[in-house]
Amino acid sequence: MINLLVAAVVVTGTTFILLAAIGVVRMPDVYTRMQVSTKGASLGAGCVLLAVPVFFGDVAIGVRALLIIIFIFLTTPISAHMLARAAYIVGVPLWEGSVTDELRGRYDRVTGELASPDEEEGPAGTA
Amino acid sequence: MTSLLLNLVLALTWGAMTGSFAVENLVIGFAIGFLVLYVAQRRGGRAPYATRVLEVLGFVGFYLWELLLANLRVAHDVLSPRPMSRPGIIAIRLDSRTDAEITLFANLLTMTPGDLSIDVSTDRKVLYVHSLYLFDIEEARAEIEEGFEARVLKVMR
Repeated sequence: MINLLVAAVVVTGTTFILLAAIGVVRMPDVYTRMQVSTKGASLGAGCVLLAVPVFFGDVAIGVRALLIIIFIFLTTPISAHMLARAAYIVGVPLWEGSVTDELRGRYDRVTGELASPDEEEGPAGTA
Repeated sequence: MTSLLLNLVLALTWGAMTGSFAVENLVIGFAIGFLVLYVAQRRGGRAPYATRVLEVLGFVGFYLWELLLANLRVAHDVLSPRPMSRPGIIAIRLDSRTDAEITLFANLLTMTPGDLSIDVSTDRKVLYVHSLYLFDIEEARAEIEEGFEARVLKVMR
């Protein structure tokens, strides 16, 4: 019974990782690829790591698995953010099907400062 | 935060008193310490520490549920023959003020339904977010500002 449960969770986890991999191939630009790979891969890895301590039934392994899950969820969004920001700053274009880009023209090329949208214009106004 | 440390100290004290630092025993000590703090801090019918723990637990549950929904939606998107997403970058007005609040909000947002935080403006008024599902830009913006950020801030403050 427990083995069945473990198998189900591990298969769910690896399926999410597989979907993330397919998504990286199928998505049209850097930003959408980051979207797919960060969420799917971290949830998948989380599922697998949740199943591990149940399978071994060992507290020491459980604590370590829990720590790894916490570290993955702490670090993944930061690296995703850094990659996406770097991509935008060096000018990687958005997919032509994108509906809006409110970040366009907001970076100061010299100082690296990032402006917020003008108040009168409202946040919907694009530069 | 101090109460959490106090609770951990109480758990360790329980372990020392009962002469066993096995995980089960420490968990029992933590539970008893939690009850003691609940009773001790109950002034005017409200226990700040216990209520906050319940709030944080409630938020964690809500967040994991959102995470699952996000992944199912993205999975559907990845497998559908034609791309169904409407991606774009939108500006989110920040109600968060401190570094900790902005960091937590931006990172939690990155892990949920099709959102990826890209950068915070230098004056800290706005967070730029890449979103996968901008069928209605204003609606998506309001959903993050009034729904998600409000929930994060409620737990933080």
